[in-house]
Amino acid sequence: MKFAIQVNEGPYQHQATDSAYHFTKAALAAGHEVMRVFFYHDGVNNGTCLTTPPQDDRNIVNRWSELAKAHDLDLVVCVAAAQRRGIVDEGEMQRNSKSAQNIADGFRISGLGQLIEAGVQSDRLVVFGD
Amino acid sequence: MSTLHTVNKSPFEKSSMASCLRYAKEGHSVLMYEDGVYAAVKGTAVADKLKAASGVKFYALGSDLKSRGIAEDKLLEGVEVVDYSGFVNLAAENDKVQAWV
Amino acid sequence: MSESIKKFMYLNRRAPYGTIYAWESLEVVLIGAAFDQDVSLAFLDDGVFQLVDGQDTSDSDIKNFSSTYKALGDYDVTKLYVEKESLEERGLTLDDLMPLTWEDEDDDWAEKDSIRLVSRAELADIMDEQDVHFSF
Repeated sequence: MKFAIQVNEGPYQHQATDSAYHFTKAALAAGHEVMRVFFYHDGVNNGTCLTTPPQDDRNIVNRWSELAKAHDLDLVVCVAAAQRRGIVDEGEMQRNSKSAQNIADGFRISGLGQLIEAGVQSDRLVVFGD
Repeated sequence: MSTLHTVNKSPFEKSSMASCLRYAKEGHSVLMYEDGVYAAVKGTAVADKLKAASGVKFYALGSDLKSRGIAEDKLLEGVEVVDYSGFVNLAAENDKVQAWV
Repeated sequence: MSESIKKFMYLNRRAPYGTIYAWESLEVVLIGAAFDQDVSLAFLDDGVFQLVDGQDTSDSDIKNFSSTYKALGDYDVTKLYVEKESLEERGLTLDDLMPLTWEDEDDDWAEKDSIRLVSRAELADIMDEQDVHFSF
């Protein structure tokens, strides 16, 4: 089965991204394909490389980056939502004259069309929000 | 079509479970996870609503029950405990997933 | 390999302005319109508040996006299902909502209502027919 995942909330504030992560991991372990994880609304905050969570707690951003690397996952952060919340890659930094970029490893910034495409091409869309 | 409804908020905090139950039909499944697992417990003000949903299968995510100190013997009869791979199976076995956030 | 058209359902359950979900979900609908799927929007619970006429954000300094609903007809998004019970529970009627219309090119461009008032039971049947559900 081909899954698409939508994450609507940021790290730590809500459990949504944890649930999405564990679901994604379980789907991959069962041999399913996860074609995209799309981060929308505050979910784009999962894509910042600047978090420093306490050592004794899970590192949500790194966990996504590592899963992406291990399984060639497509982690997409919505550009419009990212602009509002300050998640910036090289291209956005240049285009919007920002002083820095902060996109985490394994994440890419792209348009809402990627979410729609995921809805069209996947067999199941699973949404994690609050 | 069979639908997997997911409910992740407490029925005492939000109306998501109440709304879900209005739309869950016979043959559909409802998975309670995150704070949504509180609806799975015996003797609460919402227990009757779940019992009244005829033909709907109820599931609760085990790790979220455990995190919240809810022992499985405290659950409503008929609620089946699943793990994430069970969650994945439910999503695959039903025709689509409807999230009640 | 061509993909068959899917029935997309966008679920709107939240009021506007208190949170961004209503606006950002509308942005998805607008982008989604370019993908030629069979689109329906469902407004239930507090989502019905999104369609209330006379929204004026001039004193709150938040962008007023209510006029965007009026443009949906031009994007071929013509099925806006509003749940009757949610309206009634909130003391609203159809008259409180924006008049949203679309022009049917197959019917000599006749102007038709995009808002379709449905009962909970009817909306449950409509939801049952959909292929993909987006929640915000």
